[in-house]
Amino acid sequence: MSMGKSILAGDRRALARALTLVESEPRAADEIIAEVYPHTGHGIVVGVTGAPGVGKSTLVDKLAGQFLARGRKVGILAVDPSSPFTGGALLGDRVRMEGRGSEVFMRSLASRGHLGGLARATPRAIQLLQAFGKDLILLETVGAGQSEVDVMGFADTTIVVVVPGLGDDVQAFKAGILEIGDIFVVNKSDRPGADQTMRELRQMLHMGPARTWQPPVLAAQAQQDIGIAEIADAILRHSEVRLSDPEQSARRVQEAERLVRDALADQLVQRVVARSKAEGNWQEVLAAVAERRLDPVRAARALHAEAE
Amino acid sequence: MTATEDREGTRPIRVLIGKPGLDGHDRGAKVVARALRDAGMEVIYTGLHQTPEEIVEAALQEDVDVVGLSILSGAHLTLVPAVVDLLRLQHMDDVKVVVGGIIPEEDAEALRKLGVRAVFGPGTETDEIVRFTRECVKRA
Repeated sequence: MSMGKSILAGDRRALARALTLVESEPRAADEIIAEVYPHTGHGIVVGVTGAPGVGKSTLVDKLAGQFLARGRKVGILAVDPSSPFTGGALLGDRVRMEGRGSEVFMRSLASRGHLGGLARATPRAIQLLQAFGKDLILLETVGAGQSEVDVMGFADTTIVVVVPGLGDDVQAFKAGILEIGDIFVVNKSDRPGADQTMRELRQMLHMGPARTWQPPVLAAQAQQDIGIAEIADAILRHSEVRLSDPEQSARRVQEAERLVRDALADQLVQRVVARSKAEGNWQEVLAAVAERRLDPVRAARALHAEAE
Repeated sequence: MTATEDREGTRPIRVLIGKPGLDGHDRGAKVVARALRDAGMEVIYTGLHQTPEEIVEAALQEDVDVVGLSILSGAHLTLVPAVVDLLRLQHMDDVKVVVGGIIPEEDAEALRKLGVRAVFGPGTETDEIVRFTRECVKRA
């Protein structure tokens, strides 16, 4: 049986191996993705982002339990940063996860130099989990704060987690992170300042343009399992609003455009670089750019023209 | 998503560090996890008090090359065979098992007979563990 078929048939080991391939040998994974792609795109992908230490992993774990109890098939992708120096990574999100046996499929992804709070393999990893049958995928980003807004491109619902008293609140709610949230969670809400944080968040959200979905601000104490059901309810409500939105199909096309553009860019780069390496002038061009004899744009143009 | 990264990817060695059983001392496990990470590996740390079932399920989902078990409780002769058996049951015989902790030499010998690749006692240099991990994955 092909790997794609094994995944569709629910083989956990095949899924795990395919995830390794999309991370490490994307070319080798092309076939598998081609085979499973018709069986993807369903269910809900929930992105969870926020600064380090706000309790993302704990929240993800509790949401997993909550959705399992509601009969959903839950998958988790947790991204942690790779060291820029050694390429190694310490993937510790499992520490916060309760043992749920094989019911929840969780995979830790290292960011491997990819910026934006996610790993490069994220879209394909989501597709593999969906093909495997998961209909609720929790996607946890690296401890983000301001610029890591990639998550909204892959998630149907983005949860931004904050905690009370993160210093100057206005600073913490800078543009970007405020705009990507469909749901805001003030975690550790038993801490002093929680009410104020919630109030300020609500105020800032109301300053924005009126939208069909007004992001709720919810209090939670994830470790004590407080507020989790309400967050799950909000996710499902957001999902309904999203699916009834007339712009939904336009958004699907946008998403498709991004996927095709990425694939196209990959293939073009692959072809041009391979060609230049075969011609033997790749290193020469790199050296010229490094020594400022040639600018990168003209270098790329020349390489491209050569490969035509 | 940048297209500039070379897509002929390299596969970093993935290691799961598990703490089966009841002892609550994970300093050693964390030191080893850190050393392996600094050597360029992707290390999944599971935390304390894991059952052999949880460790093997995590190893399966994470598709690791190596499972490192840190045991200081003295229960290694129960916990390690349990993990080895469960790996076999899941057809994961290709996953290498190494053990660290306080293991008497005769027990270490018994564990090696079960298929454990190495037993690292107290005072083992992390360099030695890194070197061994690289070697045993390469040999596969």
